[in-house]
Amino acid sequence: MAHTSDVLLTVTLLVYLAAFLGYLVEFAFGTRGAVARVAARPERELVSVGAEAAASTAWDLPDTAPAAPASPVVDPRAEKAGSRSGVAGIVGAGLTVVGLGLHIAVLVTRGLAAGHVPWSNMYEFVVALTAVFTIGWLVLLAVRPAMRPLGIFITAALVVLLGFAGLVLTAEAGPLTPPLQSSWLKIHVSAAAIASGLLLLGFVPAALYLVRSAYEAGRFRPGLVTDLADRLPSADRLERLTFRLHTFAFPIWTLAIICGAIWAESAWGRYWGWDPKETWSFISWVAYAAYLHARATPSVKRTVATWFSVAAGITMVINLYVINFVAVGMHSYAGVE
Amino acid sequence: MSGGTPPATVPPAQRDPSVRPAAGGDWRRRLATMPGVGPVRAFWRWLTSMRTALVLLLVLAVAAVPGSVFPQRNVSVESVATYYRDHPSAAPILDKLYAFDVYASPWFSAVYLLLFVSLVGCLVPRLRQHLANIVRKPPPAPARFDRLPHASQHSTVDDPGTAARTVRAALKSRRWRTVVREEPDGAITIAAEKGYLKETGNLVFHFALLALLLGVAGGSWYGWHANRLVVVGDEFCNTLQQYDEAGLGARTEATDLPPFCVTLKDFRAEYHDNGAPADYTAHVSYVESPDAPVKDWTLKVNNPLRVDGANVYLLGHGYAPVLRYTDRYGQTFTTTAPFLPLDGMLTSEGVAKFAYANVPPDGSAAEPAQLGLAGIYQPTVNPDFSQAKSLFPLERDPVLVLAAYQGDLGLGSGAPQSVYELDERQLHLGRLALVGGSLEAATHTLRPGESWTLPDGSTVEFLGTKQWITISVRHDPGEATMLGGAIALLAGLMTSLSGRRRRVWARITPDQGTGSVVMIGGLARTEYPGFADEFAQLAELAQRFGGETAQPAAENKPVGATERGQ
Repeated sequence: MAHTSDVLLTVTLLVYLAAFLGYLVEFAFGTRGAVARVAARPERELVSVGAEAAASTAWDLPDTAPAAPASPVVDPRAEKAGSRSGVAGIVGAGLTVVGLGLHIAVLVTRGLAAGHVPWSNMYEFVVALTAVFTIGWLVLLAVRPAMRPLGIFITAALVVLLGFAGLVLTAEAGPLTPPLQSSWLKIHVSAAAIASGLLLLGFVPAALYLVRSAYEAGRFRPGLVTDLADRLPSADRLERLTFRLHTFAFPIWTLAIICGAIWAESAWGRYWGWDPKETWSFISWVAYAAYLHARATPSVKRTVATWFSVAAGITMVINLYVINFVAVGMHSYAGVE
Repeated sequence: MSGGTPPATVPPAQRDPSVRPAAGGDWRRRLATMPGVGPVRAFWRWLTSMRTALVLLLVLAVAAVPGSVFPQRNVSVESVATYYRDHPSAAPILDKLYAFDVYASPWFSAVYLLLFVSLVGCLVPRLRQHLANIVRKPPPAPARFDRLPHASQHSTVDDPGTAARTVRAALKSRRWRTVVREEPDGAITIAAEKGYLKETGNLVFHFALLALLLGVAGGSWYGWHANRLVVVGDEFCNTLQQYDEAGLGARTEATDLPPFCVTLKDFRAEYHDNGAPADYTAHVSYVESPDAPVKDWTLKVNNPLRVDGANVYLLGHGYAPVLRYTDRYGQTFTTTAPFLPLDGMLTSEGVAKFAYANVPPDGSAAEPAQLGLAGIYQPTVNPDFSQAKSLFPLERDPVLVLAAYQGDLGLGSGAPQSVYELDERQLHLGRLALVGGSLEAATHTLRPGESWTLPDGSTVEFLGTKQWITISVRHDPGEATMLGGAIALLAGLMTSLSGRRRRVWARITPDQGTGSVVMIGGLARTEYPGFADEFAQLAELAQRFGGETAQPAAENKPVGATERGQ
């Protein structure tokens, strides 16, 4: 079963790679494809028809406006059908769905092989958090199809993260050591994986917003970067998406830290001990809190606020990849020789 | 400190036409003109500003980094000692900068205390404002609804009173707080507001942070912790003398420790085939006070023993060889010497000291010939002896390699000495030397039950081993506050991030002769893309709530539905 899981990981990787190529074709050949055009269309144009119609355009979030299929204004699906590159993008999205199915199968088989939840070492944790990352992306894509140009960056990140996990982090599926034998493993680590996956997902529009807003401000000379930025959704949309993802993920990250503290109290005797992993999760928490505060402060520019979130995202990556290898602490679960 | 801001700084796009400037107190103006108040006020304004708070948050994040780069005393004193050995010139300088005590350093404390002062300075006015908002009725309707981001209008055959009741009932059914007012010209206005919970959650979140600070402070003042090693069969009681290491909080006395005693009855470790630990189980019995009944407990890593006023945690374990020494005068001494594990397979290292050995029974003075045994224990011996690394953590083929030293152990000097190694100074000075003069002559390999006769005729017997565990005993009275604070923090955070403040007004004016015209306007006071939809639903509901009105919808028209501020 463990072998099946490893094979599935390779297949998952290849499917994500194919999805990446699909998004890439759309991105490269669909010089401002239908999706990008819809994305770039000023909101006013839509709104002029009336508040009701504006609220029912497809890319509003589900909790605010369930998409009305009979919307008279825009049906992105109809618009993009004409474009061949659009087809490539849809194929990319479809392949992402297939990849996710396989990705989940990797986790399930791994869990069956190990006999416990499949997030007990760093390899499993990365596979789990990238699964959350992909689920988040597909939900986002379903709700806001105009965000499809981001797919190229999403799948690129997926291929890199999973490839690194499969090649470097890979560890035998094994039973749990006594400190991990706790129900908190299910709660604390899954919350950490969900939050990490979503915060990492939020990192993508955040970074792209910074590129796009500089482009919209005319700060780039025409070239590769402008070609790239030109195909992205508008800065405003990217910025709002960044904020929504972070407001959703930040409480989960908080929950993960709290659950970790409760677990640490019963396993190690203290709820907080400035273990390197704890320290960096604190650093990330403070950095994300700073982002949310900056975002809520009208006098702070949106670009400045978004830099906070990018910095916070970097601390997450440091916590995941650097701390596990460099610092020796009680969270030394990496299992990497 | 978060989220919203005082009305004066709300940007034009978000400015709420209904918010009026608060009346300033006269005493404040007088206070402001007093000498010396100016700079203090300026500093206070700087400290409680959002920008300062943001900078402090970033500084806090950066200030926490060194604690993960340099070894910390509160995590591992040994790592700090190692760092001192490896960096003899840099370490003292770093130490002066509190690099090894980052989280107790004045500069780290300064950052978070400033942050908390800034927080309080911001929270108190906001709390006052919020309480006033909760008590205050929603503000009167603006004169012109078409200036609002969302507005609509419809006619009805009802008289204004009935129409107003319908609108109000519609709002109430969606849990809006409403107030009905009558204007001088006879128009009826309804003001409604919703989303108070957002600010409530915001305040709860930030006050919960203060609770966490109090919880940490309470724990460090009134808490204590202690560690010790317990060999199977031994009992210890909760007094400072019986611990290897202990730390009391600033407001804690040794007499505050609850009087419980714990006996380690047995310990079992199980391993997987690859040597990875599978399970640690320690069976203990304990009494909570000298006259309390004896109770049993199964101590595991995730299952601490919780007694009144303290928790006992299982941390580590290892082997303690039991050695019997019969000295040259026939006196026997038995000692159980806990050896410390060097690796995951429990290759262990330690010493046994026989300080009273080889003392002439007639009391005559003689060269001290105390015995010190330094050893390596392998529970499953590596056939390649040069490796001296155990192959498995269980005792499948246990072997003890001992080196015998004789002379003065240096215990009489009064200086504290490690029980896990021989005194380096005595070895260096030659006061403690290898038996027989060479390592070869002084070294012997023993299996359980075997004995070894030293050149002076005395014998060392390896009787077997006992298991030992290390335990940590802790009391942190701040934990309940921390848990409560953490739950409140999370609840407040989620409420604050998901809540949306919004206001809706309606103005009902009589229509020529019969019926009335209902105008509804609304605005979201926080970013809320879905408000347009909610407003549209609400406007529709206000027309036909309760099925009382039946005016055709043809006359209904949205007014100036622009998406300003969205």
